[in-house]
Amino acid sequence: MFTAKRVADKKDWLSGRDHDWEIIIGLEVHAQVASKSKLFSGAATEYGAEPNTQVSLVDAAMPGMLPVVNEFCIEQAVRTGLGLNAQINLYSRFDRKNYFYPDLPQGYQISQFEFPIVGEGEIEIEPEGGEAVIVGIERLHLEQDAGKSIHDLSPDDTFVDLNRSGVCLMEIVSKPDMRSPEEASAYVEKVRGIVRALGTCDGDMEKGNLRADVNVSVRKPGGDLGTRCEIKNVNSMRFIRQAINYEARRQIDILEAGGEIDQETRLFDNAKGETRTMRSKEDAHDYRYFPDPDLLPINITQEFVDGIKANLPELPDARKARFVVDYGIPEYDARILTADKAKGDFYERLAKGRDAKIAANWMMGDLFGALNKASINLDDSPVNSDALGELLDLIGDKTISGKIAKDVFEKMFAGEGGANEIVEREGLKQVTDTGAIEKMVQDVIDANADQAAKVADNPRLVGFFVGQVMKASGGKANPQAVNEILRKKLGL
Amino acid sequence: MSDLTKLTLEAALSGLKAKDFSSVEITKAHIDACMDAADLNAFITTDFTNAMKAAEISDAKLAKGEGGALEGAPLGIKDLFCTEGVKTTAGSKILGDFKPQYECTVTENMKRDGMVMLGKLNMDEFAMGSSNETSAFGPVVNPWRKGEDLVPGGSSGGSASAVAANMCLGATATDTGGSIRQPASFTGTVGIKPTYGRCSRWGIVAFASSLDQAGPITRTVKDSAIMLQSMAGYDAKDSTSINKAMPDLSAACGKSIKGMKIGIPKEYTMDGMPREIEDLWQQGIKWLESCGAEIVHVSLPHTKYALPAYYIVAPAEASSNLARYDGMRYGERVEGDNLYDTYERTRAEGFGKEVRRRIMMGTYVLSAGYYDAYYLQAQKVRTKIADDFKRAWEKCDALLTPTCPSAAFAVGRKLNDPVTMYLNDIFTVTANLAGLPAMSVPAALDNNGLPLGLQIIGRALDEETVFAASSALESCAGFEAKPEKWWV
Amino acid sequence: MSEKNTGVTAKTVEKIARLSRLHVEPDRLAYLADEMNGLLAWIEQLGEVDVKGVEPMTSAVEMPAPLRKDEITDGGVRDKVLANAPKTESGYFVVPRSVE
Repeated sequence: MFTAKRVADKKDWLSGRDHDWEIIIGLEVHAQVASKSKLFSGAATEYGAEPNTQVSLVDAAMPGMLPVVNEFCIEQAVRTGLGLNAQINLYSRFDRKNYFYPDLPQGYQISQFEFPIVGEGEIEIEPEGGEAVIVGIERLHLEQDAGKSIHDLSPDDTFVDLNRSGVCLMEIVSKPDMRSPEEASAYVEKVRGIVRALGTCDGDMEKGNLRADVNVSVRKPGGDLGTRCEIKNVNSMRFIRQAINYEARRQIDILEAGGEIDQETRLFDNAKGETRTMRSKEDAHDYRYFPDPDLLPINITQEFVDGIKANLPELPDARKARFVVDYGIPEYDARILTADKAKGDFYERLAKGRDAKIAANWMMGDLFGALNKASINLDDSPVNSDALGELLDLIGDKTISGKIAKDVFEKMFAGEGGANEIVEREGLKQVTDTGAIEKMVQDVIDANADQAAKVADNPRLVGFFVGQVMKASGGKANPQAVNEILRKKLGL
Repeated sequence: MSDLTKLTLEAALSGLKAKDFSSVEITKAHIDACMDAADLNAFITTDFTNAMKAAEISDAKLAKGEGGALEGAPLGIKDLFCTEGVKTTAGSKILGDFKPQYECTVTENMKRDGMVMLGKLNMDEFAMGSSNETSAFGPVVNPWRKGEDLVPGGSSGGSASAVAANMCLGATATDTGGSIRQPASFTGTVGIKPTYGRCSRWGIVAFASSLDQAGPITRTVKDSAIMLQSMAGYDAKDSTSINKAMPDLSAACGKSIKGMKIGIPKEYTMDGMPREIEDLWQQGIKWLESCGAEIVHVSLPHTKYALPAYYIVAPAEASSNLARYDGMRYGERVEGDNLYDTYERTRAEGFGKEVRRRIMMGTYVLSAGYYDAYYLQAQKVRTKIADDFKRAWEKCDALLTPTCPSAAFAVGRKLNDPVTMYLNDIFTVTANLAGLPAMSVPAALDNNGLPLGLQIIGRALDEETVFAASSALESCAGFEAKPEKWWV
Repeated sequence: MSEKNTGVTAKTVEKIARLSRLHVEPDRLAYLADEMNGLLAWIEQLGEVDVKGVEPMTSAVEMPAPLRKDEITDGGVRDKVLANAPKTESGYFVVPRSVE
């Protein structure tokens, strides 16, 4: 793998006392499989239920309870593996990872250690402001999630809810191929885009349906790899970047002070923007993996894999290429619009039968800007593709100008109605009636006779007249018509 | 009415069907016998009130000419089987007053067939033991006694003792390394561990998942056929359950074994094994020959490695299976200074010595640096042991061996020497490692008047042959001896 | 199996007990180490078996895992789930505080 040897762009180096430093990042993305029931039991997986109501006796690890594999989860792992351009292993197996924790009812997590269902693969990422990078996938395996410990309901006790216990996760492990916080978040964006396009995971980071463990180490650029720390359960793109920045600087400070990095698991404190150690050293883990004797090996056939392959939906890379060709938009726009399935779908509905470039500009500019500002997901946007399309149609048929449209959009976003409705209600229709415009032009010329006299010498004064006429029309006059009529009347 | 307890299960069922007596009558007779035999300590929990209710329901069914294969028969259940609403302990303190909110598949099947459950039988803690002395509820005493109290074997000692002392018509048991067959041999009863996957493990407290199998302990081979037929069956809730129909086991009993090839594995002998066991084995060969079987000599060269392999595999699985007993969601919690302390105290106080010993061994053999040398090596040896059997099946249809290297021994004698205790299972553990059906049949009394068993091991899924050969052995041996009823 | 270590020490026992979450009094460690060494010495004979090219046997049944359909068939039994709990509140299991 050429990427293992890759040295970060100089712009991504961190300055140090004696020399610069380079960050080496690997990620473990935990993506919840979009299954109705759990990996080994028939209990529901839906988010937000009352505590312990989505728990079977299997999930609570009652004596004598046994796991049975959910076939849908196997299929989703294969689909995702194909989406990551990875090797699908026809033989895989579940192992037990042994450790004690109150929200781990069995005292072990059923996972895949020695024989994961998906092996090596690779994906291309395009970090903000950087070159495209190939990131290697080490493996993807299936495992069960733990329950949830709640520490703030009582000062003395911990409360445990097992609703998540046994929910199916895909752990997607990358190679240590990323060299900057931006590359790391671009990688997670890309993985998220792929699983969402495939429908194997809904990718909702706020609900914890997609989260990442981030492995960070630092080294002298191109030098020997340093000791890494693992930052657990980081659940937003911004936090991923923050955590890496903080952790890299922490490690550099230790090394420059002559210290050594302890290989350890750390926690990211969202509020403070810091990482801190999670487990004390005397609590060293030894997971004692061994094949789960309650389960048998998973054998899938090549035909099964081929069948899934033949029916895969379009993935972000392919969609991006198609957008460039079919819609004639720049590659940059296409990448942003295909970063996840919802964006691509929105765009395709919007661009259909309209000016594709204008559609792209409106989505990436006004819409994303407004959503970002309001911290709203595209799925929950108050302006859907039909509504935005209605607005673009009004621009297209010159009912309103682009400038007015921006005001209309703001009102739409604020929930004040549809585009037509707002334009009607507020009388924002563009005036295209030449007679009316001629009258306004004449009035403006009459009122500014001395300026009009100077136009011949100073043609730039036309702009002044255009402005005045537009002002008089309340912005509704068709600017092109105003321009033409003015020039004629001023004899230019 | 006390003679109702002397009936075989088969005779009792036909008597019930013929209305010679009622289920209430035979159940009452057994309840009395249980109360008389309290000194044997065979039960951890009795459930006589519900047993009488169940008997009444069975009588109503029988009166209408209805009822299942076990209708109205009072039976005992090893306390490893989770029974809904009835305290289940696995012979341990750690489960406290745990009352399962579910019924395990095996007893569910038996209830479907009309069983009357008398209660939950004593056993070695978490089925770890060969003498029933590791139970948190005190040792079970063998009804066979010579001057001093003898162990009934283990781990299903309560089951074996209860059946031998006529406290129930039959009992469920489980076998991970010999826990059905060794106590059967020690108590003059019949016990079969079926092919791995025949009886669902769902709802049975796990000891070592890849070895555990449920089966019956009864007084005759035919009774075992009747019980196992009810207990076994495919269960989608157990991923290791085998979806193949069980042959008609009752029909297999008494079936001719003429021409059947019986293998005699030369390795099934042990230094210091009593001469009379060797002699009994030779006698068994003659009996089967007299029934028309053909004797062939076979070799199972890896036999001596079975027990050490077992003592890696079983503790390893157990160390993980028993991690769930942490006092968080059920069972007895011993509060400590903090979470960690609570875990450590709950488990140290909740588990007995032998269970702690095996958890520690299991943890050790799975830990970093030792996995390959111990666990992986043991799993590979396990393959070699299974291959030995596969080669033997090219030459024979079933194997005849002694069940155990000794008769029942005195309470306390082997308790402090784990390896000597473990050697009890030397002839039984191979069938668990290979997943094969194996049955112990009482064959004779030794010089001290204690019962000895012979074992028939069959091919995977070939319970039919095992029952046919065992039934032939039973007829030839004509074992009629009963323990003297000293406990009343 | 030259790498095999039968020298279980009190320290090993301490580590194993910790991993197993079993409290062991310090004065018992040496005794338990002896006991484990005794068992391991007996188990050691497994090393004699030539297992070159032999696959480990992880199950007594030779078949692939059965798979179930993705359907909601269970859950909604909170009372049963909590029935045997030492301590519960508002539908939660209550356990000793697991963070400081």
